[in-house]
This record gives sequence, structure tokens and C-alpha cells, in this order.
Amino acid sequence: MKYIYDLHKTMLSRNLILVYEGEFTQEITKSVLAMAERNMDSMGEESSVKRKVFNVMVECLQNIVKHSEDFNPLSAKRNAAIFIIGKEDDRYVVTSGNPVDAEAADSLKGRLDEINTLDKEGLKKMYKDIIKTNHLSDKGGAGLGFVDMARKSGQKLEYSFEDMGDGFKFFALTTTILRF
Amino acid sequence: MEIINLEGTEDTPKILLDKGNGIFEISGRSLPEDSAEFYQPILDWISAYGEDPNPETLFTFKLEYFNTASSKLILDVLSALEDIEGVTIDWYFHEDDEDMEEAGEEFSELVEIPFEFKTY
Repeated sequence: MKYIYDLHKTMLSRNLILVYEGEFTQEITKSVLAMAERNMDSMGEESSVKRKVFNVMVECLQNIVKHSEDFNPLSAKRNAAIFIIGKEDDRYVVTSGNPVDAEAADSLKGRLDEINTLDKEGLKKMYKDIIKTNHLSDKGGAGLGFVDMARKSGQKLEYSFEDMGDGFKFFALTTTILRF
Repeated sequence: MEIINLEGTEDTPKILLDKGNGIFEISGRSLPEDSAEFYQPILDWISAYGEDPNPETLFTFKLEYFNTASSKLILDVLSALEDIEGVTIDWYFHEDDEDMEEAGEEFSELVEIPFEFKTY
């Protein structure tokens, strides 16, 4: 049972206030949001910071919900996602991780790199261009999630792709929201 | 005309569309799982209202939060209102919510409808 203590220590040393691993649905999204909100309320967090963290969490969680549906219901990868919130003195760190195929990995990398080259005005222009011209995808996505996360956080989006074998990559995405 | 009166939930906004009393309001949180499905009846209602609208329509948005999929549908709602004569938008934002203020400004740049910005 030592792994429990190890996990506990990892969470403490990395300042993780919430870790969720498993199935992602709209119902679970709402529960995770409610927990994180209560946590921030109990710590007396500023409402402007709370709103930004909430915003980034929603886009992150709904991305996972929408894209886990790409996998066959019997595939273990369908529910192999993770969502983590960390809180340090000066920042919240919202991280998600989920499996994607190699093709999706290339396209995600391209979009994130493009977003990370843009400043505040550039992001605003990109957001307006997309909202004017894009139609909702068949999954109901507006193609605005990453741009919105970059705008609300005011920080670069950090990502990595770890090889999972079988042509899949584990896509980890981290957004930082400064508290001050 | 029928009245649309939906109570808000933790992931869908409160909606009140009442032609007779001249009340048109979307408020609260909007992060439904399927935003297109949620907003379709509202778009249908506005389209029907546009056939015989009141001389003036003050449409209120008082949103606490909306996700990106909803933002696309909010633009669709505004675009539908754009085709109706005499529409004004009241865009409310919490006084320390610059992001909601900016979102309203951006919408106002995307449609040809007068916006009034108000804090609560």
C-alpha cells in the first residue's frame, strides 16, 4: 500500500489540489467544476482569478469529453484521460492529458505553435476570424478552445506528446493562470 | 406568441422570451454539452418573432460565464436579431469582469446592433 503514500507525497510536493483520472462526461465535468469552485471559494480566491480558472477548466474538460468519443467504446484509450489542477503561491496550473492519434498530434501541435506566436491583439483577431467563419464541428466544438485558453490566461500554452505505442501519443496540455 | 421561460441550471442559462411583456433575456451560465441543440429553439423563436416584432426590442444578456461553443451560438442569436428592426442589446457584466466586458465589445463589433454596456 506504499503507493498511496507515494501518491499523496507527489500531490503535496507538486501542489496538486485535484487529480481526476478516468471517464470524462458532461456530468463529470460539472462535478469536477463544482469541486474546484468550492475549493477556490474556501480559500477565498479573488473572483476574477476564479473566473479565469473556471474558464480554462471548462474548455479543457469539454475538449477531453468531445475527443474521447473518437475512440471505440471498448477501447481502453477512450477513458484514459487525466485532469489536474495545481495551486502554487502565485498561480493555478490546469493540466489535461489524453491519448490522440499521430495525425491529430500533428494538427494539435501546429495549432498550438501558431497560437503561441501571437500576442494579445493577434489572439483577439484569431478569435474573431474563427467565430465569424467557422461552423460548429459535428462534435459541437467551435474551434475556439485553445485560443480562448491562451487569451484568458495571458500565458503561453505548454504541451507535450509522449509516445504510447500503437501509433498513439499522450497529449498533455498545461495552462497557467497567474493569481496577481 | 408563446413565451419561452427556462430556469437556469449549473450548465445552461436562464432564458426568458416574452413578446407580450417585452422581456427578452439570457442570463447565467452557458456551457451545455451540446450548445447547438440548446440554442436551436431560441433561434427558432427569434426567427418567428422577426415576422411580427414589437416596435422596439431591448434584448438583455446578463451572462456570468459562457464556453466557446456557446459563444458561437450567442453570435448566431445576435445575427438573427440583427435582421429585426428596432433591436438594442443591453450587455451586462460584473463590474470586475473585464473578460465579459471585452466579449461584449467583440460581439458588438461583429453585428450591426447598438449595444449598451452595463455593470451589475
